[in-house]
Amino acid sequence: MLSEGSTRLAAFDEMLPEVSGLRRPYEAYDRWLKEQDPARLTQKMQDAERVFRKTGITFAVYGEQEASERLIPFDIVPRILAGQEWRRLTQGIEQRVQALNAFLDDIYHRQEILRAGRVPRELVAKNEAFLPEMIGVRPPAGVYTHIIGVDIVRISENEFYVLEDNARTPSGVSYMLENRETMMQLFPELFQKIKVRPVEDYPQLLRQSLAAVRPQSTKGAPTIAVLTPGSYNSAYFEHAFLADQMGVQLVEGQDLRVIDGHVAMRTTEGYKQIDVLYRRVDDNFLDPLTFRPDSALGVPGIMDVYRAGNITIANAPGTGIADDKAIYSYMPEIVEFYTGRKAILGNIPTWRCSEPDSLKYVLEHIHELVIKEVHGSGGYGMLVGPAATKKECQDFAKKLAAKPSNYIAQPTLALSTCPILTEKGLSPRHVDLRPYVLVSDRIQIVPGGLTRVALKEGSLVVNSSQGGGTKDTWVLDD
Amino acid sequence: MLLGRTANGLYWMNRYIERAENMARLVDAGLRMALTRTQSASEEWNSVLLSAGSDVTFSQKYQDYTAANVSDFLLRDISNPSSTMSSIETARNNARMVRTALTRETWESINEAWMSLKRMLARPIDERDLPTVLDAIKRETALIRGSFYGTMLRNEIFDFSQLGTYVERADNTARILDVKYYVLLPSLSWVGSTLDNYQWESILRSVSAHRSYRWVYEADYKPTNIADYLILNVRMPRSLTFCYRFLGEHLKFLADDYGERHACHGTADKIQTLLKKGSIKDIFDHGLHEFLAEFIRDNTRLGDEIAQDYRFN
Repeated sequence: MLSEGSTRLAAFDEMLPEVSGLRRPYEAYDRWLKEQDPARLTQKMQDAERVFRKTGITFAVYGEQEASERLIPFDIVPRILAGQEWRRLTQGIEQRVQALNAFLDDIYHRQEILRAGRVPRELVAKNEAFLPEMIGVRPPAGVYTHIIGVDIVRISENEFYVLEDNARTPSGVSYMLENRETMMQLFPELFQKIKVRPVEDYPQLLRQSLAAVRPQSTKGAPTIAVLTPGSYNSAYFEHAFLADQMGVQLVEGQDLRVIDGHVAMRTTEGYKQIDVLYRRVDDNFLDPLTFRPDSALGVPGIMDVYRAGNITIANAPGTGIADDKAIYSYMPEIVEFYTGRKAILGNIPTWRCSEPDSLKYVLEHIHELVIKEVHGSGGYGMLVGPAATKKECQDFAKKLAAKPSNYIAQPTLALSTCPILTEKGLSPRHVDLRPYVLVSDRIQIVPGGLTRVALKEGSLVVNSSQGGGTKDTWVLDD
Repeated sequence: MLLGRTANGLYWMNRYIERAENMARLVDAGLRMALTRTQSASEEWNSVLLSAGSDVTFSQKYQDYTAANVSDFLLRDISNPSSTMSSIETARNNARMVRTALTRETWESINEAWMSLKRMLARPIDERDLPTVLDAIKRETALIRGSFYGTMLRNEIFDFSQLGTYVERADNTARILDVKYYVLLPSLSWVGSTLDNYQWESILRSVSAHRSYRWVYEADYKPTNIADYLILNVRMPRSLTFCYRFLGEHLKFLADDYGERHACHGTADKIQTLLKKGSIKDIFDHGLHEFLAEFIRDNTRLGDEIAQDYRFN
C-alpha cells in the first residue's frame, strides 16, 4: 500500500476492479447505466448544475474574490456500498467515536491516559486545541463531541483506514442531503429499481440528538438554535439549511446575550432563552471574555453559562484536541486504552516529524510522502510529494526542517477510485468518504455520507477548496 | 417567534426589492419624456434623479444629464447604493441572511433575479436595449412578488416583509409627487397645454398608473384628479392611502399576535386618519408641497419606530 512514487497509482476501483471485474454492489446500477442514452446523461448532468445554482447551494472560497460563490461540482454516478461493507464500517466508527468522547472526558479530568504514558503529556498540554478552561467541566449528558465526521479511505476490497477525525464542527452534511435529493429528482426510476437506505431523516435525528443532551435544568421542550458566523462564512448555506430542516432558529453572535445566567436571543418580542446551541463557530471566537477578546462572532459570558450547566454547546469547546493531527497518530492506542479492544478501523501509518528519526526518514523520502500541517485543514498547506515538482519539495523541506513539530507525514496511498461521468464516458477518480455520526445517549450513523472525489485525473486531493467534487453515496438495503 | 435580526432582514429585503423596481419605473418615465420632448430632456432627467433621491451623488460623478448617464447610474452603478443592481444585491444579501424564514420558491426567485440581472447589467446598456432591460427588471421583481404572495404563510414573517414593502412604496410615491408638485398646482396648470399633459403622464407612468388612471377618471388629465389618485385613492396599489391601509393592517396583526401596541401603531394610525378624512381640496389648500414633505417625514419616522419597537437594531 505504499506509494510507487508516482501519482498514477494502481488503485482499487470500487465499480470495476481490473482483477475481478464488475463488483456486486454496482451490478444493478451498471445494468441501468448501459440502457441509458449518453446524450440524456449529459443533459442530466447540466440539469444538476442548474438545480444547485438556483437553490444557491454554493460555498465561498477564501482568497478568491471574483468567484466568491462557487458550486461544488456534483457527479451523477453514485458511489455504492453493500450493506455488509457498511455494517463493518459502522462498527469501527462507533468504537472510534466512543473512544474520542472517553478521551476528551479523561484529558479534561483525571488525565489517566497521560499518567499511563500512552500519549505524551506535552502533546496535550502544549496543544493550542487543548482548552484549560474546560478542565473539570462536564458537559450535559457527558457528551463532548456530538457531531463527528470521520474521513475514511479505502485501499482494497477489505482495507479501510481513517484519514482524519473531525470532532470540532464537521461540515458537508448538507451536501450529503442535497446530493440525494438531486439524484432522486434526476433519476427517480433508479430508486425504484435499487433499494438504497435513506439519509433524509438526518435533520430530525440531529434535532432529537441535540434535544437529548439538553441541560438537566431545562423545563419542557428545549429551545435549540444553530449559531453561524454569518452569511459571509463559507459554510453559511449549510448552517441555514440545517436550521431550516430542523425547524430551529439560525442565530448570530449579535443576536445573543447572557441574561440571568442563561443565553438568550433577541426576538421581536424580547429575549428568549436558548437551551442547546449547535455552534458552527470555532472555539476561539465563542466567548470574547474567555477566548479571543476581539471576536464579534460569539457571546460574551457564554462560557460562564456553560460551566454553570445552563446551556449545551455542541460540539463542546475543546474537542479539537481529539482531532488534532498530532493526536491522530495515537488513535490506535487511544481506542485500545478506552475500549479495551484493538481498533476495528485502522489509522494510516503516520510519521511524527517532531521525532528525530521520523524527521530524517521524511526528509529523505519527501517526494514519496503526503506531508500535512498538524493544525491545518481543508487541504491547505499540504504537500503531495509524488505530484510536486523538485523545487516544491525542496521549498517544503526547508519549512519542515525549520519547524518539524508542525508536520506529520503519511505514505501516498492509492485511494480507491470510483468512476465519474466525463465527456468521454466513465473515467475513474480517487474518492474518500465522510460518514456523519451523532452522539447523545446513543450513537447514530446515517447510512451514507459525503463522498468527495478528486475531479482531476490522477489527483489525490479531494477537498472542495482544491477542486474536488462530490457524489451521492448509496448504502444498499441488502 | 422571530429574531429581531430576521425581522430586520425581511423588512429591508422587501424595501430593496421595491426600490429596485422603482428605479426601473423612474428611468422608464424619464425615457418616455426624453423621447417625446427633446428640448428639455436634461431637466427631465434631473427630476428623475430627484425622485430617486440620487441627484447629489449623480452630480458628483457626472456633468451631463443624458439618458445614458442617468440610466447607467440608476440601473447598474454599484457605487450608487440605490441603483437597481445595488438594490437587488442588498435584497439578496438580506434574503440569504433570513433564508430560513423564506419559502424555497421565494428564495429561488430572488436568487434567480439576482443572477439574471447581474448578467444583464454586467456591461453598459446599449440605448437600443434599454426597453428590454427595463422590462426584464420589472418581470424579475414581479416573479419575486408572485412567489412571495403565492407561497408564504401569512404570519409575522409576512407582516414584517409587507411593512418594508409599503413603507418604501409610500416613500417612493410621495417623492415622485413632491418633485413634480409645481406642475400639479392649479395656478400653473393651464388646461390643455401639451407640455403639462406630458408632465402629468410622466408622473402617472412613473407609478405605472397611466392606463389605470383612465379607467377611474375621465380620459383627460386633471391635476387634482392625478393628485387624488396617487394620494387618496383606496384601490390604487401605489397610492399613499393604499400603502397605509396595508401598513395599518399588518401592524394590527402584529399587535394582536404579540398582545402589545407600540409607538409605531400610534404613528401609523395618525397618518391613516389624516389620509382618510382629508379631501384633495384640503390638501391643496394646506399646500401640496407642505403636505408631502410632512408625509415623507412621518413615513420615515414610522420606519424608525417599527425598527425600534420590534428590536431590529
